[in-house]
Amino acid sequence: MTATAERPASTIFKRPSTPSGLWGWITTVDHKKVGIMYGYAAFTFFLIGGVEALLLRVQLAQANSEFLTAGAYNALFTMHATTMIFLFIMPASAAFMNYLIPLMIGARDVAFPRLNALSFWIFFFGGIFLYSTFIFGTSLAPISPEGITGNIPLGGGPGSFNFLADSPDGGWFGYQPNAGPLYSPGTAMDYWAFGLQIIGLASLISSVNFIVTVFNMRAKGMRLLRMPVFIWMSTVVAFLLLFSLPIIAVALFMVGFDRQFGTLFFAPTGGGDPILWQHLFWLFGHPEVYILILPAMGIVSEVLPVFSRKPLFGYSAIVFAGAAIAFLGFGVWAHHMFASGITPVAQAAFGLATMTIAIPTGIKIFNWMGTMWGGRLRFTTPMLFAIGFLAMFVIGGLSGVTHAVVPSDWQQTDTYYIVAHFHYVLFGGSVFGLFAGLYYWFPKLTGKVMNPRLGKIHFWLMFIGFNLTFAPMHWLGLQGMVRRTWKYAPENGFEPWNIVITIGAFIIASGFLVFMYNWWHSRRKGVDSGLDPWDARTIEWSIPNPTPEYNYAKTPVITRLDEFWHMKYDQDEDGRAVRKPDADEMLTQLEYEGNNPESPIHLPAPSYFPFVMAIGLPLVFYGVIYHTTPWGKALILIGVVVMLSSLIGWSLEPLEEPLEDHNDGMIDPEGAVV
Amino acid sequence: MSDVSHDTAVDTHDEHESTGIDNRKLGMWLFLSSEFLLFGALISNYLLYSNRSGFEGVYPAEIYDIPFTSVSSFVLLMSSLTMVLAHNALSSGDQNGTRTWLFATAALGAVFLGGQVFEFTEFIVQFDMTLSTNPAASAFYLLTGFHGTHVAIGVIMLLSLWGISRKQGGLSEKHGLNLELVGLYWHFVDIIWIVIFTVVYLLSVQT
Repeated sequence: MTATAERPASTIFKRPSTPSGLWGWITTVDHKKVGIMYGYAAFTFFLIGGVEALLLRVQLAQANSEFLTAGAYNALFTMHATTMIFLFIMPASAAFMNYLIPLMIGARDVAFPRLNALSFWIFFFGGIFLYSTFIFGTSLAPISPEGITGNIPLGGGPGSFNFLADSPDGGWFGYQPNAGPLYSPGTAMDYWAFGLQIIGLASLISSVNFIVTVFNMRAKGMRLLRMPVFIWMSTVVAFLLLFSLPIIAVALFMVGFDRQFGTLFFAPTGGGDPILWQHLFWLFGHPEVYILILPAMGIVSEVLPVFSRKPLFGYSAIVFAGAAIAFLGFGVWAHHMFASGITPVAQAAFGLATMTIAIPTGIKIFNWMGTMWGGRLRFTTPMLFAIGFLAMFVIGGLSGVTHAVVPSDWQQTDTYYIVAHFHYVLFGGSVFGLFAGLYYWFPKLTGKVMNPRLGKIHFWLMFIGFNLTFAPMHWLGLQGMVRRTWKYAPENGFEPWNIVITIGAFIIASGFLVFMYNWWHSRRKGVDSGLDPWDARTIEWSIPNPTPEYNYAKTPVITRLDEFWHMKYDQDEDGRAVRKPDADEMLTQLEYEGNNPESPIHLPAPSYFPFVMAIGLPLVFYGVIYHTTPWGKALILIGVVVMLSSLIGWSLEPLEEPLEDHNDGMIDPEGAVV
Repeated sequence: MSDVSHDTAVDTHDEHESTGIDNRKLGMWLFLSSEFLLFGALISNYLLYSNRSGFEGVYPAEIYDIPFTSVSSFVLLMSSLTMVLAHNALSSGDQNGTRTWLFATAALGAVFLGGQVFEFTEFIVQFDMTLSTNPAASAFYLLTGFHGTHVAIGVIMLLSLWGISRKQGGLSEKHGLNLELVGLYWHFVDIIWIVIFTVVYLLSVQT
């Protein structure tokens, strides 16, 4: 067939044309490639955050350990949490959304392909900006309110990883005034505040993009209640991001202004209010936990029905429960603040509101169990991870309800019981869900199936390691072991369980190594998946693996929920699924049609500008951190110029297309330009 | 895959289940819904601190120049009217009128910004109220500064449209939608100012 159409020359740059190689990735606007980049970046940060966690665990394995200094310990737990939340789970979820939303709704791409690439690059450079604190950041000893520079010892043995201490150390929640200019002088917390600001902008842009995509670009016949649950959960998450990110943006701006320009929002000496920070932070922070869990719930809702060979039990109940969780999630933030002196009425109200969240969550869990009940279960790796998710999330959910009981929460606040709880929901929940999704959709990326034996080894190592690590934290917490302290005394009797925990953490790490090997190995030598390796239900499996560049050769028409399943199966009189006699023929036909589009296909063109524009933003924030120096001011200027010029280039780019001629660049099958 | 052509827009000829609202317009509405929460947080923040007593230094509410701000608010409100007139002129195909009203909107926005610069200068020079005077002052500057930045971005967008229209001898259908998007943004910025002027200025002024 014919080659790509001639493009009129751009007025500024030649438009990138190579779809392959490094430049192909940098300039891509293909939602699949953007999704893959999100995935690799996220799992790289998972690895880094994991190493940080292991260092923390080595320190805690023994009483009175001198492995890390207190400063390094503070920095590591701050960076571990910040990394896992903002640089791993959120972008990993974004990876799934990017890759799957257009595929599952039968679209060629997202609504704004270049904005999509921009989101990724902003996130990517935001992550690098945050991590550059290890090179450029400083974390000085606090200055006391009297203005005396205290020389407070950082503790720990001589030089035990103290070089790591020059990074944010105020916790991922950045409580004020501890993380303010007075008690965290240095620049490390500036890197934290501005880094999160950048990463938040990336999520905001993609949330707008995903909502518009889902609302406007579904294939014909895909009414809202025929959308796969993953699409529903992604939409709900996008709304959560849209409404919660502006609040943290304001809070982070206030911190940034406090630290850089002398405002007094949270300064204890000038009448600032630290509780205001907590309100703003958790008003974002609580919806954030649903931002982290709902995508995994969506993934599990796709995986369970396929491997139970049954439709999802209570589809609409699961959808509405997801939306209800999101809605209620905005009204419960103060349960993070029961110990901060809010009024008893507020405590009672927020405690009750928090308990109501257990209702929609319970609805989901029973529906998932109903899905499996009486099904013909196949214990493949994705199914194991999905069941693991279900079991671990129930434990985490139940310990969550105990926090809603205010007096009980007072006992648990700032102990390892809390650490156990949120790792059960975030690791046992979100991360297990993400792994289920990786194993399940791996064929869509590569056309191969991941090695099931290695997959099972990975699952069991992770499942056992996870429970060894986080279950004992419940009892340690109830015995009174507090969070965020780098040392405990031998008399406390915490040591035996802490050794168990540390061993568990290394078992998790070994599980992840198995996963990485499996990924690398299966990409090269995995078994070919064919069109439909899992006997799946949703339409993304009706197109060839790996997914063609244009997704659908012919846009699908949807007639019901689980369209692809009904293409393959009929019902007998008892309502049992019977495979249609011509199902295999139909699949072969689908694969052929998917690889050989009949009519020409328009795809968004690659662009340099998202990449260039995303570079500008960190430059501005570097400049702001050092704005008192001349080169700081210069950096702000350079950053603004970079962003403005790429904005101009961006908006001029589509002008290449003559306004009247919609068929520009399209080629008909015979090769003549239309 | 050689017959795949890369182009600047996703093929919109396929039929979709859709809200019927243009993608970019829907995107703008979503963005603005997010912006409401941004200003909501900033305004609450100001109200919280301005209602506390006992801070050192002057409170913003003690030094407002209500007649002056009323005039500049009126100017900004009028710019919404000229924005509507610009949109109206474009839909009736009057490219000259569109340009005039676009420029008028941008000019009114610039006058408002000038007023804000004057107000800030007065507060700093005459009343010695800076970012670091007290939390109420900090919150005032952050809120109105953010709003001013939004107005400034709006003015730049209006002037860009005006420039494109001059260069091309009119706005195309595609840039017509751009005008509508800028219009949405502009009205949003105005609405926020109405809230700020009422809640932050008029209701909290101390007589």
